[in-house]
Amino acid sequence: MANAPTMTDAQGNPIFLDMHEHDHEAGGSTMLGFWIYLMSDCLIFAMLFAAYALFGTSYAGGPKPSELFELPLVAVNTSMLLLSSITYGFAMIAMQEKKKSAVLIWLAITGLFGAAFVGIEISEFANLIREGATPQRSAFLSSFFTLVSTHGLHVSFGIVWLITLMVQVGRFGLTAANQRRLMCLSLFWHFLDVIWIGVFTFVYLMGVLR
Amino acid sequence: MSAAHDHGADHGHGHGDHPHVTRSGYLIGFGLSAILTAIPFWLVMTGTLGSAAATGYTIMAFAVVQVIVHAIFFLHLNPKAENGWTFMALIFTIVVVVITLIGSLWVMYHMNINMMPGTADSASGM
Repeated sequence: MANAPTMTDAQGNPIFLDMHEHDHEAGGSTMLGFWIYLMSDCLIFAMLFAAYALFGTSYAGGPKPSELFELPLVAVNTSMLLLSSITYGFAMIAMQEKKKSAVLIWLAITGLFGAAFVGIEISEFANLIREGATPQRSAFLSSFFTLVSTHGLHVSFGIVWLITLMVQVGRFGLTAANQRRLMCLSLFWHFLDVIWIGVFTFVYLMGVLR
Repeated sequence: MSAAHDHGADHGHGHGDHPHVTRSGYLIGFGLSAILTAIPFWLVMTGTLGSAAATGYTIMAFAVVQVIVHAIFFLHLNPKAENGWTFMALIFTIVVVVITLIGSLWVMYHMNINMMPGTADSASGM
């Protein structure tokens, strides 16, 4: 770099350039990559929301949302997911303070709230199917089950991932790699809560209004 | 080789990526989310606003605000993180999502209207 010594700032002092190659530490681009994955996941949900918007009123003579949805149950489910979001936040704070056992406890509580959410959703689906409101009944129910169960599957896999990370943290501690993984799961978990805002507003509340 | 290479300030790669999270930040986000969730449920369950259309638009507005609250307090969205690439990816995704949703609704609405008389009714109203 022949011209490097000739560079000066406004006061005429030479500017020293950092010429050596920076080592890109392992996982340096993981967070960006994971964020782009989440954005692609967002597109999947956008398609499912679009499908529900189009078919949500095609009852084919079958049951309507206002006859099927129980808002108190949905409210309980929503609060489960919201509570799991804040307990995950407390796990992240404990991680920042390097308190391994607190991280594990908060992760366990988060997992329990997540499991409660999935459990309530499964019992809701079981009730619907028992009443004859199966995915095959109408386009409305097909798009409803596709959208809501895709979200539920994401939460279920999030719980599997959460348990995996609890084992990892338990065995190897809060290493740099484990902290990065916990941050990825944090994004994933909060992202699912954001999607749920769309689900409870657009599917359940708007459905009951119709 | 220009001054653009002098990147002492914007060299955020891999170092400033861990957002500093605070307990108060999460609690504020949780409190706002709880309020922004409770009000739409209350509006729909009591029918305070009267018309379904007014209630629908109101709860959609609440949902948009709550998504922003989650993005700030839970996802720690920061236009400067990763040199702005996460934010760029988000903007791009929002553009694609808006085109997808509005485009699908618009096209399918007109296709329903242009169906033969009677069939559109049987598809949606029966």
